[in-house]
Amino acid sequence: MNLTLKIWRQKGPQDKGKMVDYKVNDISEHMSFLEMMDVLNEQLVNSGEEPVAFDHDCREGICGMCSLYINGEAHGPDRGITTCQLHMRMFNDGDTIYIEPWRAAAFPVIKDLVVDRTAFERIQQAGGYISVNTSGNTQDANSLPISKHAADEAMDAAACIGCGACVATCKNSSAMLFVGAKVSQYALLPQGKIEAADRVMNMVHQMDLEGFGNCTNTGACEIECPKGITLVNIARMNREFLKASLKG
Amino acid sequence: MGILSSSIARKVSMALSALFLVFFLLIHVSVNLVSVFSEDAFNAASHFMGTNPLIQFVMQPVLIFGVVFHFVLGFILELKNRKAVGVKSYAKNNGAANSTWMSRNMIYSGLAILAFIALHFIDFWLPEINHKYIEVLPEDPTRYYHELREKFVNPIRVGAYVLAFVFLALHLLHGFQSAFQSMGMNNKYTKCVKNFGKTYAIVIPLLFIFIALFHHFTH
Repeated sequence: MNLTLKIWRQKGPQDKGKMVDYKVNDISEHMSFLEMMDVLNEQLVNSGEEPVAFDHDCREGICGMCSLYINGEAHGPDRGITTCQLHMRMFNDGDTIYIEPWRAAAFPVIKDLVVDRTAFERIQQAGGYISVNTSGNTQDANSLPISKHAADEAMDAAACIGCGACVATCKNSSAMLFVGAKVSQYALLPQGKIEAADRVMNMVHQMDLEGFGNCTNTGACEIECPKGITLVNIARMNREFLKASLKG
Repeated sequence: MGILSSSIARKVSMALSALFLVFFLLIHVSVNLVSVFSEDAFNAASHFMGTNPLIQFVMQPVLIFGVVFHFVLGFILELKNRKAVGVKSYAKNNGAANSTWMSRNMIYSGLAILAFIALHFIDFWLPEINHKYIEVLPEDPTRYYHELREKFVNPIRVGAYVLAFVFLALHLLHGFQSAFQSMGMNNKYTKCVKNFGKTYAIVIPLLFIFIALFHHFTH
C-alpha cells in the first residue's frame, strides 16, 4: 500500500518542531508499524536526510519503549497492543497517518518522536519496591500464603510496562493508571503491606511533583492501555491513599 | 488548604461535594414537584423551607458553600490539568475513540450549570433575601406558588431553564459514577452504581423540565 505520513519532527528539546509530510510506497500489510517506520528511515538515509527518531527495543510488546500517538490514539487504532505490535493491515492504501510523540508537560520531547519518560522512574523510586533482606537468608516467597484472587489481581497490575500511553491519552495528562498499577501490585500482597502507607503517600507525592494532571475518570487510559490495566487500580490507590492519610 | 495539596485529596473533595449536591437536587425536585399537584402544599413546604431557622441559617450556608467549593475546585483542577497537558497539543486527537463526550467536557457542562445557578439566584434567591432581610416585608405564607408561576411565563426563561437541565443531565451522566470511582469504590456494585447514576442523571433533570413546562403551559 502507498501511504502519506504526517510526522512530528523536532531537532531537540528547545526546537519548536513541526509536522512534516512523507510518502512511503509498497508497504506490505504484514509489516509491523515500526517496520514501516524503518522503511521510511532507510528512504530518508538514502536521500541524505535525517532519519526520524523513535523509541523501540524489544519489538514484542514487553519493554514499554515504543510510544507513538498514531491517528489520534496512543499505540494506534488497535486495542491491547503496543505500537510495535500494531500491523499495517489496520490501515488502507492511500491513507494519511498522523504520527506524533506522547504529549504531556511531564514527558518533554527529546527529539522527533522520542520523549523523556524518566518521571515514571522517579515515581517508581519513590516507593515502587519492597524491602527484602537479600543477605543470603531470603525467605521463600511461596512460604507466604496468598489467595489465588489476590495473586491474580497483583499479577494483572504488575503487567504494566510503564509505556506512558495512559498519560498520553488522558486529556489531563494524568499518570494515575500507572501509579495505581504500581501501588496495587504491592498493596495486594503480604510482602507489600508493611510499607503500603509510605508507598502510596510517597508515590502520589512524586507524581504530583512531576506535574502530571488530575484524573477525571474519563476511562480513556484503560481503553488505550496495551496491558489491560483497569480503573480498579486507580480506585484501589485512592483507597490506599485515604487509609494512609487517616492513619497519619 | 494543605489537605487539598494532593491530587487524590482534590479528587475526593470534588466527589464529596458532588454527592452532596446530587442529594440536594433530589430534595429540590421533590419540593418543586409538589407545586404540580397542590398550591397549598407547595406554599406550606416553601414557607417551611423559607422560615425554618435550621434550614435558613445552617443548611442554606452549607449548600452555598458546597456549590462554591465545587465550582472553584473545578476551575482550579481545570487550570492545573491544562498546565499538565503543556503548550503543545496533538495535531490529531481521537478522544471519541476511548471516552464519552460527557466525561471530556465536564468543565463546559459545569459552566453552563453555573450560568444557570446565577440566573436562578437572580430569579428566586435575591428576591427572597430582599423580601425577608432588606425590605423586611410581612411574611405571607401563600405568596410562593404565585411567585413561582410568574417566573415561568416568559418562554425565553423557560427555554434557558430547559437547556440548563439538559446540561445538568450531561454533567450527571459522567459525574455520578465518577464520584464513586474517585472515592475508591470500584467493585461488584459498580455496575449497579453506574446504572442507577444514569437513571438519576436523566430522571431528575427531566422532572425539573416537566415542572418548568407545566407551569409555563398551564399559566
